[in-house]
Amino acid sequence: MSLSLSDVQHIANLAQLEISDERAEKTLAQLNGIFALVGQMSAVDTTGIEPLSHPIAALMPELSLRLRDDRVLEPDLRDAYQQCAPATQDGLYLVPRVVE
Amino acid sequence: MHTKSIKELSSLLRGKKISATELAQLFLARIRQSDLNAFLHVDEELTLAQAADADTRLEFDDATLLTGIPIAHKDIFVTQRWRSTAGSRMLENYVSPFDATVVSKLIDTGAVNLGKLNCDEFAMGSSNENSYFGPVKNPWDKAAVPGGSSGGSAAAVAARLTVGATGTDTGGSIRQPAALCGITGIKPTYGRVSRYGMIAYASSLDQGGPMAKTAEDCAILLNAMAGFDLRDSTSIQRRDEDFTQGLEKPLSGLRIGVPKEYFGAGLATDVEQAVRAALSEYEKLGAKLVEISLPNTSLSIPVYYVIAPAEASSNLSRFDGVRYGHRAKEYGDLQDMYRKTRAEGFGEEVQRRILVGTYVLCHGYYDAYYLQAQRIRRLIAQDFQLAFTQCDVIMGPVTPTVAWDIGDKADDPVANYLGDIYTLSTNLAGLPGMSIPCGFGQGEKNVNRPVGLQLTGNYFDEARLLNIAHKFQQATDWHLRAPEGATAGI
Repeated sequence: MSLSLSDVQHIANLAQLEISDERAEKTLAQLNGIFALVGQMSAVDTTGIEPLSHPIAALMPELSLRLRDDRVLEPDLRDAYQQCAPATQDGLYLVPRVVE
Repeated sequence: MHTKSIKELSSLLRGKKISATELAQLFLARIRQSDLNAFLHVDEELTLAQAADADTRLEFDDATLLTGIPIAHKDIFVTQRWRSTAGSRMLENYVSPFDATVVSKLIDTGAVNLGKLNCDEFAMGSSNENSYFGPVKNPWDKAAVPGGSSGGSAAAVAARLTVGATGTDTGGSIRQPAALCGITGIKPTYGRVSRYGMIAYASSLDQGGPMAKTAEDCAILLNAMAGFDLRDSTSIQRRDEDFTQGLEKPLSGLRIGVPKEYFGAGLATDVEQAVRAALSEYEKLGAKLVEISLPNTSLSIPVYYVIAPAEASSNLSRFDGVRYGHRAKEYGDLQDMYRKTRAEGFGEEVQRRILVGTYVLCHGYYDAYYLQAQRIRRLIAQDFQLAFTQCDVIMGPVTPTVAWDIGDKADDPVANYLGDIYTLSTNLAGLPGMSIPCGFGQGEKNVNRPVGLQLTGNYFDEARLLNIAHKFQQATDWHLRAPEGATAGI
């Protein structure tokens, strides 16, 4: 399988990455190299094998993600968290106008 | 002074032969004189304030083994006062509102932070050339890469610019640079060390761990770093262990599994020789070699380069120029702001992995790529469990070759990925792994570059791994070798 230039543009669009035509060309060749490598997987018969998403689940099949009680544990740090934001006002994050 | 172990320094500190402040000043001076580009952010005032606190604790006999010991953090761990960039333009000026759990745990012991260490951008890379702030140089040969992604950590320890360092390992990022720089590093079992405040790359693979000169120093650092953390949903609830406890256990009867797939085509002769010599040394220590098979080893590369980018594309979607980090200067609407911000903020390799990840998660490709990768991931984990019925520890090379020159593999992602063959499966299975120095190779340039021996243990066998590494280091002196200039001077 190999990708086309329009595939690269489409994926970049989905990933919210601006990509120039020149850059897309170079990326296309590299992605096709990567997918040629990744394509080796298709030869493996995995019928009946469950996907493994959490590595320790291979050891402890009963393992599940922990849930905590629904209580407030953290203090309000909004001001501290917003200090590193590019633009804020009155405790809100500023972005370009979305609705006229 | 700067070549001493944690235990030696700790006894000098407690015996008032040197103060934490003097020790910090000594290392800060070494960092100032270094041209390796290992450190990204140094703030002498902050470091000396921590050293003064350590001196107070020492004064009042409230010291731990790490009180006053200079360490440094890979710039993937967020710190409240030092900038936290993940080696990316995206976070060039980012100062975190909180400390990572690993960082605060080390502060609690009284360890003194010398600063933040260079790394591949968002930990994506095996050469440290993907850092926005420029590559780190290998202290053994400044033309060579230090490995990655924890390249700054490995180079700083090797050059004796710090006593120990933190690193993170998603596909080999502690073990591989440790090998290429001739130091010791351990990647613990997935879930052992908290990921809270560790800037995420691939969350089902990422694991933090210590890097230092010796296994004993790593054990002391791991004692401070490991432990259950409520703030990390994948942190494993287990009794705390003292990783220094069993270091001296004899190795007689130890069964070492040697995977035949790790010694096939692609392994350089110089690396193989050093690794085989290390295995013979273990036989002298009473261990027995057992040939084992890890049949899916070569598949770990495609599996990793599907799963890790998939998780990365999701994790890195948070960088949108709204809540933190870089925002493009000029843009039209909101979409345009996202796209320009991300195109400017991320480097080439990071963008490539986001694109690969986005693609394999797309409707229509998800089953063929992502789910297939997760199924093979289970096969890889099962191979290890079968192997561990025949042996107690698995040993082999960390890397197929010694360090290559800066620039040699740039622009060829696949060539870089293939070099990760021996380290990726450990992360896919979630097992603990180590690299310890075991010799030197000539490479293609006929220069001396370090070789690492890889130790892989079963789940939660860190103490055993550290014991096995420590006994080797008592019988050999590879871990004491330092690059020229690292042992001399102040």
